[in-house]
Amino acid sequence: MRKIYFDHSATTPVDGEVAKLMLEYMTDKFGNPSSIHSFGRDVAKAVEKARAQVAGLIGANTNEIFFTDGGTEADNWAIKGIASANRKKGNHIITTTIEHHAILHTCEYLEKQGFDITYLPVDQYARVRVEDVKNAITDRTILISVMFANNEVGTLQPIKEIGQLAHQSNIYFHTDAVPAVGNYPIDVNEYNIDLLTLSGHKFHGPKGIGALYIRRCVRIDALHHGGAQERKMRAGTENVPGIVGVGKAAEIAQRDMEKKIAHVQALRDKLIKGIQEKISDIKLNGHPEMRLPGNINFCFSYVEGESLLLNLDIKGIAASTGSACASGSLDPSHVLLAMGLSHEVAQGSLRITLGRANTEEDINYCLKVLPEIVGRLRSMSPLSAFNKISESSPCNCYSYAK
Amino acid sequence: MLYSNKVMDHFSNPRNVGEIEAADGVGEVGNPQCGDIMRFYLKVEDGIIQDAKFKTFGCGAAIATSSMVTEMVKGKTLAEAQKISNEEVAEALDGLPPIKMHCSNLAADALHEAIKNYMQKNKI
Repeated sequence: MRKIYFDHSATTPVDGEVAKLMLEYMTDKFGNPSSIHSFGRDVAKAVEKARAQVAGLIGANTNEIFFTDGGTEADNWAIKGIASANRKKGNHIITTTIEHHAILHTCEYLEKQGFDITYLPVDQYARVRVEDVKNAITDRTILISVMFANNEVGTLQPIKEIGQLAHQSNIYFHTDAVPAVGNYPIDVNEYNIDLLTLSGHKFHGPKGIGALYIRRCVRIDALHHGGAQERKMRAGTENVPGIVGVGKAAEIAQRDMEKKIAHVQALRDKLIKGIQEKISDIKLNGHPEMRLPGNINFCFSYVEGESLLLNLDIKGIAASTGSACASGSLDPSHVLLAMGLSHEVAQGSLRITLGRANTEEDINYCLKVLPEIVGRLRSMSPLSAFNKISESSPCNCYSYAK
Repeated sequence: MLYSNKVMDHFSNPRNVGEIEAADGVGEVGNPQCGDIMRFYLKVEDGIIQDAKFKTFGCGAAIATSSMVTEMVKGKTLAEAQKISNEEVAEALDGLPPIKMHCSNLAADALHEAIKNYMQKNKI
């Protein structure tokens, strides 16, 4: 059966060149980069090369890149590290309601430690208003953290403007750029970013490796304490295969960026247009233009997301949903709810995230099977534009009924 | 999260989907907020369930349990059907993932609502 991977925001396959290099640093070049002998020195050089490669991808200086075990650690470090190092200056942090849980739950933890957190709302496209950021700033604000692009609906945030605002007010600006790095051009100087989180496996690097970009002179405490690795900022023997892997993946991403964006964007637009032509009672989630090149997110009224996902899987298509049923919790996507969608509409969301290996045939196949699946599920559904559920039901299910 | 083969079978080939015209009993449970709505239709003759159909909005477990219940009740007396519990439906499907036991395991409730509706209509 045809198998199509449409879930590149969940993870991506490791590039062949990357895997080959990693293997070399597990077997032949296995030294500890902290060792003085040649085994260690050679590996230390490779780690520094990878640092430069990652720095190159986001326009940073090499010594501003600190490797972590992934995006979640980098987010934790940015928020907790800035909070503890700048506590005397203030205890107020500004973030948004649509952040990844690595940010949200870290902020909730800090609230228990006496910090004040402002969670900014977003507009119907999941975009933060710069004006809201401005109004939220107080003389106790030490950090603003706004994601570069939303991982679910793909909306790009006004990062440059928020960064500028932060700098005018002498506040550090962090962005969780996990879904964007390697998939969208980012320059930390152009966007006025002080701290940036990235993760290797979102751009054909391995899992278990990420980095935090920390602009020179930013006051931040370490998260991990121990040895002197990462210039005493992140203790623990380096994950060398991961580091050389993410370095190589960054180099490839930078090299192929333009080509890849053009490719996935064309496929994305074709798929969006096709879905809009073939299926009624739908809603494109996220901003129509200002979105990640590979992101597609739709709500299909009267259909539940997990059923949609399972049916697509039966047809060989791997996608994702913001439905509560598939998330392991009982709440649908906090992002869709923050955008003002009702619970029931949020239950019917489908996220497709495209990658470099996807083809036009993949899109055509999806446009063939998706309308059939939606049609079949709708025919089974007690909800429809014409078939209202009983009066006693507590909620409005017809937000998008024509 | 893993569904059993039986769940996947009933999910991908659901039995008795649809409506019964002039049904003797109709029952509905759930709400769209939690992501599941099930509506059951019953055809009853001489106290025996002759036919059962359903329409369900919901996840894989919701659809599979709906399908399973319609299979389980056909030919049963109303009294027997009333005794079928959500747990028995889940068991008949070789179990459900723990998270689904509460949120999507409502098919027997929908059946009971349909029976109640039949009894009210017929003043039983």
